[in-house]
Amino acid sequence: MRWRVPAFSVTNLVLPIVFFIFFGLPVASLRRGDGVSIGAYLLASFGAYAVGNVMVYGFGIGVANERGMKVDRLMRASPLPPLVFMLAKVLTALAFALLSLVLLIGFGIVAGGIRETPLVWVTVIARLLAGSLPFIALGFAIGYWSGPNAAPALANLIYLPLSFASGLFVPLSQLPDFIQTLAPFLPSYHYAQLAWSALGAGQESLGVSLLWLGGYTALFLTLAVRSYRREERAKFA
Amino acid sequence: MTPVVELRGARKRFGKVEALKGVDLTIGPGELVALLGPNGAGKTTSIALMLGLRQPTAGQARLFGLDPNDRRARSRCGVMLQESGTTGVLTVAEIVDLFRAYYPSPLPTARAIALAGLDAKAGARIGTLSGGERQRLYFALAVCGDPEALFLDEPTVGMDVETRRAVLESIRSLSASGKTIVLTTHYLEEADQLAHRIVVIDHGVVIADATPREIKSRIPSKRINFRSEAAVGDATFQGLPVQNLEIADHRVHLLSNEPETVLRALFERGVVLRDLEVTGADLEEAFLSLTRRS
Repeated sequence: MRWRVPAFSVTNLVLPIVFFIFFGLPVASLRRGDGVSIGAYLLASFGAYAVGNVMVYGFGIGVANERGMKVDRLMRASPLPPLVFMLAKVLTALAFALLSLVLLIGFGIVAGGIRETPLVWVTVIARLLAGSLPFIALGFAIGYWSGPNAAPALANLIYLPLSFASGLFVPLSQLPDFIQTLAPFLPSYHYAQLAWSALGAGQESLGVSLLWLGGYTALFLTLAVRSYRREERAKFA
Repeated sequence: MTPVVELRGARKRFGKVEALKGVDLTIGPGELVALLGPNGAGKTTSIALMLGLRQPTAGQARLFGLDPNDRRARSRCGVMLQESGTTGVLTVAEIVDLFRAYYPSPLPTARAIALAGLDAKAGARIGTLSGGERQRLYFALAVCGDPEALFLDEPTVGMDVETRRAVLESIRSLSASGKTIVLTTHYLEEADQLAHRIVVIDHGVVIADATPREIKSRIPSKRINFRSEAAVGDATFQGLPVQNLEIADHRVHLLSNEPETVLRALFERGVVLRDLEVTGADLEEAFLSLTRRS
């Protein structure tokens, strides 16, 4: 039912396309020295941004709001097991992220004339969805750790700089040196590599990306579970 | 037959506060039980223990003979809590539909909405509902699964007179159809109208567990107010069946079950009465006298 919250649906469906119009369309038809389409590269970047956005904001603000509005108590009193409730949320978010990617890539194909084989697009989409686990965990961590007022600010404070410093808005090569040094330690950098490498523009092997993402998933999940347990003790012990 | 609810020596401590100090309570199938008590008495905590929303510090809670968190037990229960909420984006019919999906053989959506008297609002977004309408929505969510047992924590709080009457009527008809119903209230009147059995809780202990008739016979039903010509003191009322005696200047307020006896004695003792009033006691205040006495 995210449709009904324009602040969420518009931000997550339209914003990546708007970014692409500004940063991607003017250079959509250009190719890098190695032949990689710059338009496709930027679609992959904004795609990574978009999916991460759905997860970090959707779960971060969503969970914090539900806790603030005591939806958790309502659900706890129902026969639905909490884990099923969470999984249902994850599936909805994945469906929403898929839609967001399809719209973004569709726009790039139609408006920017960007051509890749269907298999490449499918690979980009599948990897971005499957690799979004650390951002789901980060969203839950924010949602359980902060309250409804702090969550939006916290999500912005974490996710925007993370995206920028990982080269999702502007290619890394155009960013200051210290950010280029920092980027390979960030989760969104390795996440975007999943999509970039599907276009032949990756800077590391798939295994390395997955290892980093797995590590960050474990870290964020630990934080999320800690805050969740603290909440459980306070509300349901 | 397995009881629906069983609390055995249930204690619950929140930090330094002991909210329940050893509650024993068994509720059988088909009973309509009202947990009655002032705010903070431990009613909500009792319900939370019955449903596994809170774990007892000591003692035991069973639901249909199982751990209250067991899904097999919980899917036989409908619940309405005071402290719960929903995000406002779904419509009434949508959320009722969603909750129906959690139960094996739910009521039709329209039937659940009708039981809560929300027909006119079925298509409305939850965010647009008034406080009373929200209460009725939570009632619809509690009944939509057609559960065997209903747990209603202060079900009529925030409802206007008319909807309150409608919801009480629904509760009565659900009870007549064989549902087990546990509700909390701080209105003696509500408990009296509905319940087969009233369990009075105060300061975390059960202080009475009886039929409404018995409970009412234990609490004073009449209020006597008058002004006395001469000064009176507690001694004037020595040995009389009075409660909540208040004497300020020459004004006297008291509660009694036997107003005639009290007045006859006062006349015999030579007390001269002015502005005498004998009225039905405010039930709340009468009830308070029961809890204070214990």
